[in-house]
Amino acid sequence: MSGTLTIHQAGPQMSVQDFGRPGYRASGMTRGGAADPLALHEGAILLGQEPTLAAIEMVGAGGTFTADTNLRIALTGAPMKATLDGTPLTWNASHPMPAGARLVIGGATSGTYGYLHIGGGIDLPLQMGARSTHFGAGLGGALEAGDTLPVGADTGSGTGVALPRDDRFDGGCLRVVTSVQTDRFDDETIARFTATAFARDPRANRRGVRMEPPGEGFFATDQLSILSEVITIGDIQITGDGAPFVLMCECQTTGGYPRIGTVIPADLPRVAQAPTGAEIRFDFIPLEEAIAIQQRAAADLKALPGRCYPLVRDPHNIRDLLSYQLVGGVVSALADPFEKET
Amino acid sequence: MSDWPKIRTVGLSGILITFAGEMSEPANRAALALRAEVEAQGWEHVSETSTSLVSTFLSVDLALVSPEDIIARLNDLLTSRDWYAADLPAGRRLWRIPTVYGTDLGPQLEEAAKAAGVDPDTAIREISGSRVRVLTLGFAPGQPFSGMLPDTWNIPRQQSLTKEVPAGALVVAIRQLIVFTNPSPTGWRHIGQTAFRNFRPESDQPIALSPGDELCFPAITPEELKRIRMKDSSGDGGAETELLS
Repeated sequence: MSGTLTIHQAGPQMSVQDFGRPGYRASGMTRGGAADPLALHEGAILLGQEPTLAAIEMVGAGGTFTADTNLRIALTGAPMKATLDGTPLTWNASHPMPAGARLVIGGATSGTYGYLHIGGGIDLPLQMGARSTHFGAGLGGALEAGDTLPVGADTGSGTGVALPRDDRFDGGCLRVVTSVQTDRFDDETIARFTATAFARDPRANRRGVRMEPPGEGFFATDQLSILSEVITIGDIQITGDGAPFVLMCECQTTGGYPRIGTVIPADLPRVAQAPTGAEIRFDFIPLEEAIAIQQRAAADLKALPGRCYPLVRDPHNIRDLLSYQLVGGVVSALADPFEKET
Repeated sequence: MSDWPKIRTVGLSGILITFAGEMSEPANRAALALRAEVEAQGWEHVSETSTSLVSTFLSVDLALVSPEDIIARLNDLLTSRDWYAADLPAGRRLWRIPTVYGTDLGPQLEEAAKAAGVDPDTAIREISGSRVRVLTLGFAPGQPFSGMLPDTWNIPRQQSLTKEVPAGALVVAIRQLIVFTNPSPTGWRHIGQTAFRNFRPESDQPIALSPGDELCFPAITPEELKRIRMKDSSGDGGAETELLS
């Protein structure tokens, strides 16, 4: 431990998150972890550290923080208004946070889940192999005013880099593959489901996000007596009132309500981040196409460090900037690596 | 040739082997035994395994690994023996978990009795006199789905979710009983209350029950439950246990 971070004011359901606890499915616990894992990767890239370090997840609004030591911080996920001792901070970027400086993070301007990353990570003791709060399992809990968190030793250096933001914060179209219960819904229901513009409901948390249909709900045949069966993250569960719930990182491991399909992993950050009222559509795609999209997403993630740019265009940094982009710029998710030989 | 077992992919998350179209004890045993065998053999690309009532799930990242080889290997394994005749897991235990039925601690007892077509006293007698088996753990850490109750209790889930039942709640639907791990919404009917804790994260053994264990829920008064809660720090909630085999 190299210092502490103190929380003076906290938004609702603020918590410590990492990639969660895979491996407990047979005991009834889903992995949990950050609602938007892509944001954990972005924070790690901005600070030049391992993505497995724990960060603070903020839901809809941030809080007020100070530290008793000099820190490096990064802000990712849903953009929120942030200031350090009154000076506005750029989102999706890394910054120095001197000891005693007051970091104030306000409401989200789009999206839902924002992240505060610390150089060295939040160094809580491991519990069942992770530092994540899992609200559903009762592990950890919401952070509150007055809480003090240990910060790990920061082995990196440097701040003042940013990443371009993507479009995952405003809802949109979710790509879906069939699941083992899709055939419980007739063709007409599926057709109406994919033609419907849903609104992201206020009823949403780390378990799942309800999507409100504008008209009548969707029903499987023999809806209430389906055998409880394995649930995976991304499953679109239809509960008794006919509205779809897209299940998230803290969802249950089994359930008896039918699942009409499964959102592909690459689109799960979009589910998590959709703000209340955002329009959501579902589009069924073939499994082969989903696999290609996932492979592209993995390649994009690998290439993400190359998309960093410096926050301030200080002439002294321009040479560094150019070399940085040369490293990253050659990596394309779509390109054939063997064509690059000449 | 029977339709079962069925092998299917689950989104991009893995492979599901389903042994029956409805709950049955042989299919439940088959699912447990297949999972144990895949675990014992340590299959490549299978990151974790689990069971639900009548199926085994293998977590595999299908964006990285094409399922054909694993499915071929599964087919060989499935035809190598009669999985429906598999033994129950060794080291099973019987748990007698004291339970308050009805009152404000089990507010849907009367409603559940009505759905089953019996009066509340008969409902308490039937359920407190039943012995059920843990078929799977799921929904929340260590949470048992147990069955099967007599056919009277083949009652459906409710149309809408109950907003929250407390930890330790005993709920019923489709011939099964569940003890809840944590306060949670549910579509099952809340008929009783225990002081049993399925999940004890502070303990060396965070998960109390195992699939194959057997459960009884003898009736006690609300005063007795209060006394148990005052005394008990283990999480057993006054339960007595016995090794079955």
